Amino acid sequence: MTPEEIYENLLRKFGDPILGFDTELMGDPNIQIAPSAIAEVCQYLSETDSLAFDSLMCLSGLDLGVKEEVFSVVYHLYGMRHRHSVVLKASVLKSDAHLPSVAHIWKTADWHERETYDLYGIRFDGHTDLRRILLPDDWEGYPLRKDYQEPDFYRGMRVPY
Amino acid sequence: MEATQQTESKMIELKPFTDEMVVNMGPQHPSTHGVLRLELKLDGEVVREAIPHIGYLHRCFEKHSENLSYPQIIPFTDRMDYVAAMNQNWGFCLAVEKLMEADESKDFAVPERAEYLRVLICELNRIASHLLSFGTYGMDIGAFTPFLYAFRDREKLLLLFEKVCGARLTYNYIRIGGVSEIIPMEPGSMTEQNFLDEIAEFLDYFEPKIDEYNDLLTSNSIFSERTMGVAVMSAEMALSYGATGPNLRGSGVDWDLRRDEPYSIYDRFDYDVPVAKDIPELGAVVGDCWSRYKVRMDEMKQSVRIVRQILAEGLPDGPVMAELKAVRPPKGEIYFRSEAPRGELGFYIVSDGTPKPVRVKGRSPCFSALSALQELSQGLMVADIIAIIGSIDIVMGEVDR
Repeated sequence: MTPEEIYENLLRKFGDPILGFDTELMGDPNIQIAPSAIAEVCQYLSETDSLAFDSLMCLSGLDLGVKEEVFSVVYHLYGMRHRHSVVLKASVLKSDAHLPSVAHIWKTADWHERETYDLYGIRFDGHTDLRRILLPDDWEGYPLRKDYQEPDFYRGMRVPY
Repeated sequence: MEATQQTESKMIELKPFTDEMVVNMGPQHPSTHGVLRLELKLDGEVVREAIPHIGYLHRCFEKHSENLSYPQIIPFTDRMDYVAAMNQNWGFCLAVEKLMEADESKDFAVPERAEYLRVLICELNRIASHLLSFGTYGMDIGAFTPFLYAFRDREKLLLLFEKVCGARLTYNYIRIGGVSEIIPMEPGSMTEQNFLDEIAEFLDYFEPKIDEYNDLLTSNSIFSERTMGVAVMSAEMALSYGATGPNLRGSGVDWDLRRDEPYSIYDRFDYDVPVAKDIPELGAVVGDCWSRYKVRMDEMKQSVRIVRQILAEGLPDGPVMAELKAVRPPKGEIYFRSEAPRGELGFYIVSDGTPKPVRVKGRSPCFSALSALQELSQGLMVADIIAIIGSIDIVMGEVDR
């Protein structure tokens, strides 16, 4: 199925939580989804026979700039059986960044969500083991946020080099 | 009397229970292929839980990328998977090129000659990477000799790469729009034909060696005992965990991006995609450590086949770089994946039309494959953990980025 068809399919099934289909940007078009509905939408995409998205290629956080009010979480899905792919995007407010986890649908999301939490501070509700993965446990702040200021010292060691 | 003896022997069988012990394997441990720490919860020698702790090699690739122009990022991709750096360069360049091609107002195409050079070099790099994997896997299991053989042959390849771009490991050879140099690097010292002849010579030498290595290690009974039937990863599990490349094919899924989503000029060559099968007479089960290892051994032969076809055709004439005034992809975003030796290497790039990206995410095949370790290792022995790590073939530089 093409991304347009998948968008129409989702719109029929879910209605309001499917916020839009962005084709203005060059490259991959993406379907915008309300963050609260992301787990149900993913469940539907993975379990429906005509869609059968059995692999989550990539899950990443996205901060477009200091002036933006939202972080986005981008899901790149692929269905081996039908050989089609789709991009989902859920935007969460920076002041209250959390959305449901999809780790129970694709196990690879477990580590990818931990990484997104680690670098962006976006919390994934329902994740069983949400802790830092790449940075030390006692690191402060979330480095991939555009307004991140690196600390001067970490455990007595100078950070900027 | 007999009855009591039976109860006694039963008691002994049920008794071997020790307290749970927590052992840290790594971060400095020769068999963890870099700096990986495994927190092992042991009951005697049985692993109740193995929790991987990663991040020791985190070098902030994604944060750095946001502050660099596109061509400046390429050397950072070298340092992700440093044993297959050509493929990492290529993966990133492909993603940027794909985004630039999306802008139809600009005419942009990678020259034919560059495409041939890219496939040639990346397939040789795949052989070098699989040789390292084969050698170190043997060493993990306790066979030291294959390691020396593998490194002897890998050295020949590294010397070839050095002639191409001047570096042995971190190449920065494949650039956005082409490749950096025309062979030969120094005029007069070596002609293009010399170089191709040298590759042909290497292939003639190397191809029979693969069979020798199969005799040496693949069919070795100690090696087979340690790896066959150990840590079976089903196809569903591999897909769910995002295991790709040889790990996915080792689980019996017939999937190779070079064939199934052809990029560059891979659709012009003739090659097979090795997929693991059950071999009952040997004891190999689809998805076990041995199958994953065997797929890599078979892939080396296929890479040799591809390189031979390029040598037979010869490199087309022409430039090696597209004419580019500046690398400035249009406003937009792209996710592009390519088949690196360790699996599907993806780059997610968001551009706002300036020379620097807003976001670069490297989707590492090793990162996803390593996350399956916790489930794979449950209830196995400590020695099996080492067999698993070697068989999923991780490079920590890419896991931690």
